[in-house]
Amino acid sequence: MRYAFWPGCVSKGAAPELYTSMVRVAPELGIELVELYDGNCTGAGVISEHSMETADALNARNFAMAQRLDLPLMNICSTCQGVQSMAQNRMRKNSKLAEEINLTLAEEGLHYDAEAGLDVKNFLWVLVEDYGLDRLKSMIKKPLTGLKAGPFYGCYILRPEPILGFDEHPDRDKYLEFVIEALGATLITYEGQDKCCGFPILTINKQNSLTMAANHLSEAQQEGADCLVTPCPLCHLNLDAQQPDAAKYASVNGLEVPILHLPQLIGLALGISPEELRVNRHVVSSRKVLAALSS
Amino acid sequence: MQVKLKVKRFDPESGEEPYYQQYSVEMPETATVLDALIEVREYHDGSLSLRCSCRSAICGSCAMRINGRARLACKTSVRSLAEEGEEILVEPAGNMPTIKDLVADMAPFWDKVRAVKPWLQPSGPPPEREYVVPNEAMQALGEVMNCIMCGACVSDCTSLEVDKTFLGPAALAKAWRFVGDPRDAQDLSRLREYSEPSGIWDCTRCNICVQVCPKDVKPMDQILKLRAAAVHEGIRNNNGSRHTLAFVELVNANGRLDEFRLPIFTEGKFNIIGQLSYLPSAPRMIRSGKMPPVFPHKISGVKHVKRIFKQFGEREPGPAKLVSAGGH
Repeated sequence: MRYAFWPGCVSKGAAPELYTSMVRVAPELGIELVELYDGNCTGAGVISEHSMETADALNARNFAMAQRLDLPLMNICSTCQGVQSMAQNRMRKNSKLAEEINLTLAEEGLHYDAEAGLDVKNFLWVLVEDYGLDRLKSMIKKPLTGLKAGPFYGCYILRPEPILGFDEHPDRDKYLEFVIEALGATLITYEGQDKCCGFPILTINKQNSLTMAANHLSEAQQEGADCLVTPCPLCHLNLDAQQPDAAKYASVNGLEVPILHLPQLIGLALGISPEELRVNRHVVSSRKVLAALSS
Repeated sequence: MQVKLKVKRFDPESGEEPYYQQYSVEMPETATVLDALIEVREYHDGSLSLRCSCRSAICGSCAMRINGRARLACKTSVRSLAEEGEEILVEPAGNMPTIKDLVADMAPFWDKVRAVKPWLQPSGPPPEREYVVPNEAMQALGEVMNCIMCGACVSDCTSLEVDKTFLGPAALAKAWRFVGDPRDAQDLSRLREYSEPSGIWDCTRCNICVQVCPKDVKPMDQILKLRAAAVHEGIRNNNGSRHTLAFVELVNANGRLDEFRLPIFTEGKFNIIGQLSYLPSAPRMIRSGKMPPVFPHKISGVKHVKRIFKQFGEREPGPAKLVSAGGH
């Protein structure tokens, strides 16, 4: 299996452990990633607040690179997924816009065929739809028995459903649950698992942002989760890096919920060492995870 | 078919805590959740309170949480949610006080709609006859004009869940109804007001309002149009607007996001006090190896990214006022 790989800005910046764990896990699974080193930021839904056409053109540039490789595109960020799916949808519906964007892309020899489109999939979707849970199960060397893990999706991989291919794949809002159980961990569910982590307004309304994170983390801890797992590095930033500050808004005392990136959870089940997966490079210690797995 | 309902009951006057009550009613296959609730009220338990009127998804009276998500009870068929014998959970709309059972108190909802001044404020004397507005301009407002004020978006809004002062998706969608209207002349003062705390920049862009709206109003998309209009009108005295502009500037410069400078620029390039608020989190970021690089990676094709910004970035946000209104 080969994919053009868009790692996103955050996995190369404030969440480098995501990138490291992804490129460590992929060959172990037999997935070949062809990284788009010259790819650009998707705009994260922010550039579109300034100019929708600019955001679409930036995404078309990445899509064109993947199309040139004749490969589907894999991302490791819920936000990238949502933004990419929405950009694809707009360009598919507006051939005039796509044409205009292609005039600009042509200057560097790129062309995005919006009508033909491109399979753009988060690693989570790749795992369940392309790789298959049975094959994943067959690769497990250390089942995550004893680990109680909860899902945290990130808004952009869940909504809006019609644009994110839910008509064809109606269970996309359950994939994290499927994966957690396939790896042998105990699934913990809680109300906030599909809500907003609060990250988009962290620098705008910090109290609201941290209260959102605190609510979800408190619920998860109350339900007994040893950790949460997320396919979105932006959610990771708010739930992990901001957790010490969010604790003051929490409804539980002693808030401590380690947050794992999806490839880290997969890697642990594949028997890769926690150090190699950089599980120790989070703000919230992963000791609960390691303790649950060693007991 | 046998329809099983689990309904949240609450009567504040009784002094009792809310509780859940189960009902089972025989309904035709084509029944809606509202049909089943009315059947309960008429023939099984007259004490159950709910609000409804048109039964045709027009009046917006029967928005409530069904299986954890805001929906119009009259537009939701029981078959779409449950097989025979499966229970359907029915609760009042969220983010609003409950008057009784499934009846939410819409007073805070209407207060916020009124707060955005949802009426036309044209300039100059009124035309002799009616205002004439081009079709295209009104078509651009088609989504917001579909709003039936049911409150489904408000019920499930994740920002309102943590902050009751947020104006919320319905009121802000209504705000775009007037900012986007070519007859209205108060864009700038409106956008200034909407840019205040609890306004357009407090939306998390979680898309839940888009998902639950029964009339496809896409409230969040309208909020994003207000943001784009505010940025283009030069209303930059807030972190939201500065965040957008900083994001654009930094991606234009490097092709990728510069997470080190983004929060600094968001506070304002010369706002040292605001910037200092990020210092306390720096040691833990450094300790865990998560401090973004001070000198960000620049992609090799950055000139192509700059070309894209130059080509598309200077345009007016669309679809704003397509054509000015002309009077007779």
